[in-house]
Amino acid sequence: MNWFVPFRRRKSASVARERLQILLTHERGTEGHADLIPVLREEVLAAVARHVPVDVDKVQVKIERGEAVSLLEIDIELPCDAQPAKRRAVARRATRSQRLAVSQAH
Amino acid sequence: MAQVVVVTSGKGGVGKTTTTAALGAALAQEGQRVAVVDFDVGLRNLDLVLGAERRVVYDLIYVSQGNVKLSQALIRDKRLETLYLLAASQTRDKDALTDEGVAKVMGELRESFDWIICDSPAGIERGATLAMRHADVAVVVTNPEVSSVRDSDRIVGLLDAKTDKAARGERMEKHLLLTRYDPVRAGRGDMLNVDDVIDILSIPLLGIIPESEEVLRASNLGSPVTISNTKSAPARAYNDAAQRLMGADVPMVFPSDRSGLFSKLFGRKAA
Repeated sequence: MNWFVPFRRRKSASVARERLQILLTHERGTEGHADLIPVLREEVLAAVARHVPVDVDKVQVKIERGEAVSLLEIDIELPCDAQPAKRRAVARRATRSQRLAVSQAH
Repeated sequence: MAQVVVVTSGKGGVGKTTTTAALGAALAQEGQRVAVVDFDVGLRNLDLVLGAERRVVYDLIYVSQGNVKLSQALIRDKRLETLYLLAASQTRDKDALTDEGVAKVMGELRESFDWIICDSPAGIERGATLAMRHADVAVVVTNPEVSSVRDSDRIVGLLDAKTDKAARGERMEKHLLLTRYDPVRAGRGDMLNVDDVIDILSIPLLGIIPESEEVLRASNLGSPVTISNTKSAPARAYNDAAQRLMGADVPMVFPSDRSGLFSKLFGRKAA
């Protein structure tokens, strides 16, 4: 997603939609681990920040819960002078187990 | 078999009482026996919206405590003979409403009505959880606005946790009723649209009630919008929603007071 569409103001409804999706993912919590997302966010941020400068506001953590597996998505926007420009780390998490197999996309 | 419907939202001012009155009247017009029950102890308003404010003698708390019989507290609507109101108390403390008392009243109502529609107070406190406790079906009233959608999401969680149906391990049937919807603003991207709200809340759509001056006019008159102006857009939308509650497959057209163009543009299938 692009937060900065040049020359065109973003429609407020799509901002509302995105804000709600992020917020409600947090609020719905994850079964028995209500604070998993904030904890992961902090730890992943700290790890990345050791190597490249990261703007805390440009980090998004989402969990999409499915029947068999849940998808944990961490989006970290890096400034252009940091290489590589944008990197997305995707972790898949089995619903019940706590084990996280982190694989890097791209 | 009686169906207990809770009209709930979490957030206040989104149209729970308007919806309870409108759906109740719409179902009664179909010949169904309907009781609408106000759970908002201390801040009752369903009596006012139904135009029965001067006829309230006994209320839900009197009946729940066994001080009067249910038949003494039920107020029959002057326009529709199968529509009854059980008012909330305006003066009693809300703690006067007990689990056992409410269970007793709901049990009795189930024996004599086809539909029992519970108007929930705003919030997630006791009054709201008592209103949903015995429900078979929930109508989650939501405005296309961030705070209302967030609160509705919270209520959906409570419906799956704090109802008798959930406690029995059954699936709580939940429906989204989108109120105060303005298709023009949604079309321009200035208001969350129907699909946005359905996607976020992940519950099926019961109806879309357009923003309309008819709603205020109806409450000014003390008449449900489905009685006061049956041809108006909100009345048609509420009638369609009532039909869907009864299990009819009514296509989801967007009712409008303006030309038929909007209905065509926003015609959609029920979820």
